[in-house]
Amino acid sequence: MSAASISQASTGVSTGEISPKLGYAATLLVAALWMVPFLWMLVAAFNPENTGAGMASLVPSYIPTLANFREAWASADFPRYGLNTTIISLGILAVQIVTITLAGYAFARLEFPGRTLCFYLFLLQLMLAPVVLIVPNLTTIAKLGLYDSLLGVMAPYFASAFGTFLMRQAFMAIPRELEDAALIDGASVFQRIGFIYLPLAKPSLVAFSIVSVTAHWNEFLWPLMVINSPDLRPLTVGLASFTRGAEGAQAWGVIAAGTLLVSAPLLIAFALFQRAFVNSFVSSGIK
Amino acid sequence: MAQAVLTVGKAKTWSVPDWRPRRTTVLAFALLAPSLLFLALFTYWPVVQVLWQSLHGQVRVGGPQAYVGAQNFLKLFADPAFRKALANNLVYALGTVIPSLVLALGFAMALARSSRVNALFRALFFLPVLIPLVAAASIFLFLFLPNIGLIDYHLAKLAISGPNWLGDPDVALWSIMALTVWKNAGYYMLFFLAGLQAVPADAYEAAILDGAGPWQRLRYVTLPYLKPTIGFVLVIGLLNVVTQVDHVFVLTKGGPSDSTNLLLFYVYQQAVENYDAGRAAAGTLVMLALLLVVTASSLRTLERSFGEKDA
Repeated sequence: MSAASISQASTGVSTGEISPKLGYAATLLVAALWMVPFLWMLVAAFNPENTGAGMASLVPSYIPTLANFREAWASADFPRYGLNTTIISLGILAVQIVTITLAGYAFARLEFPGRTLCFYLFLLQLMLAPVVLIVPNLTTIAKLGLYDSLLGVMAPYFASAFGTFLMRQAFMAIPRELEDAALIDGASVFQRIGFIYLPLAKPSLVAFSIVSVTAHWNEFLWPLMVINSPDLRPLTVGLASFTRGAEGAQAWGVIAAGTLLVSAPLLIAFALFQRAFVNSFVSSGIK
Repeated sequence: MAQAVLTVGKAKTWSVPDWRPRRTTVLAFALLAPSLLFLALFTYWPVVQVLWQSLHGQVRVGGPQAYVGAQNFLKLFADPAFRKALANNLVYALGTVIPSLVLALGFAMALARSSRVNALFRALFFLPVLIPLVAAASIFLFLFLPNIGLIDYHLAKLAISGPNWLGDPDVALWSIMALTVWKNAGYYMLFFLAGLQAVPADAYEAAILDGAGPWQRLRYVTLPYLKPTIGFVLVIGLLNVVTQVDHVFVLTKGGPSDSTNLLLFYVYQQAVENYDAGRAAAGTLVMLALLLVVTASSLRTLERSFGEKDA
């Protein structure tokens, strides 16, 4: 909108863009460079060959086949890894939605002693990124008997300060009168949260869900530490060990196919819901 | 405003001594309880634990845990691998955050105007953000491969022979940094795109009328308005520098000769490969201290956006 009004004001001198033409051209050039890794992945994945000197070509000179996918599919249990990743991401999200909704309501609507202290206790989680605490958390997980289980991968993420604050902001924007009306009708606090607050906070809930699922879908180091059985590996851990095996065999086409399989779900989701993705990632920028 | 007056009124009633907690207080803590339980287990308790562990160790092999003072830290800082990881992390921070920030700002400014083509290019820059860091590393494994890899293959066509991207200790960290910039610049671009929307069009119009060139507009209009965004992206970028090491695991495992070892990967090695709990705890504390320094600078912003202090 602002850009449009600038271009009206300027009279052809510099076309009113924020950056001059040269900057635009440079950006397009960098964009081409940025696409090279993806382009290589596509070209290599559908290549009938999977090794040798020709793998580096970015121009496909072959009839595309699914041979590399077949080999990747056969050498690693991607459906199982995909299922594990889905269980982990959605399991975390399901519990998070409960915890952040309840806590968000408390911060948005209730006055109680110790509120400021609680606020800073939550803030601490934003300051100390959970991934840094992997070593002590592994001890806790083992003591709870959750080592080598999907629940062990999920548990440290069940509370989310970021989500709580996001819900608090969304709830605060909802008029109190709506809740008062329900209160007069005799609705309990859970009914009020479930039937008034949650439906009206849907955009924030969607934004949080996308950020949360993307983050845990892509997570690697923590599941690597918690999971021992090959059957319980998520996609990222499965891909890393698959890559190590295929690297030894110099099977680059198979690595490209496996990587494509692992990356595809989120890339497809992004293609379908581009606007929602972008909006939620911007809102993940806490400001 | 009216709400603020109301809350002040309520605060006064609390001061009346009452042996019974009010109903809202009970309700509030009941609603916070699930979150606080998990925060206690996986945020506060681990911090206490590393504090304790970093000050304790076995005096004799197989002996009981005893208080050893700063010994774990002395051993940590005496370890050349740790010092290397710390130094690497500093180089890595400067070498990834600044280029990604400059690139992200450039991308955002070039693609700020909404058009179908620009939307496509924004999406292209955003794609690397969506794939797992491990997947990105798997792709770059071939890019960096000596002789037949993507980079060397195309350099050879220009009759240039590249270095051993991941095998040369002087080059490997820079290769890792290139991957990080590729992965994150598109993410930071989103914040600059949002920030640019807040720059009033009049400001540019006035600058253009005053005859300001593109660089002057950048220096005197765009950058001052983007100051909060730049600060924010800087914090996110520095957090990523400490918390994201998946690509190190896939590409180099910290080698050759620790030239690509980063703090978190070092801590992971100490805990999982060397079973040195004291050193891992001390290393974790160093990282926590770094994180606190980074985030404390943004505490004001966090308070303002989430806190009680918002006007």
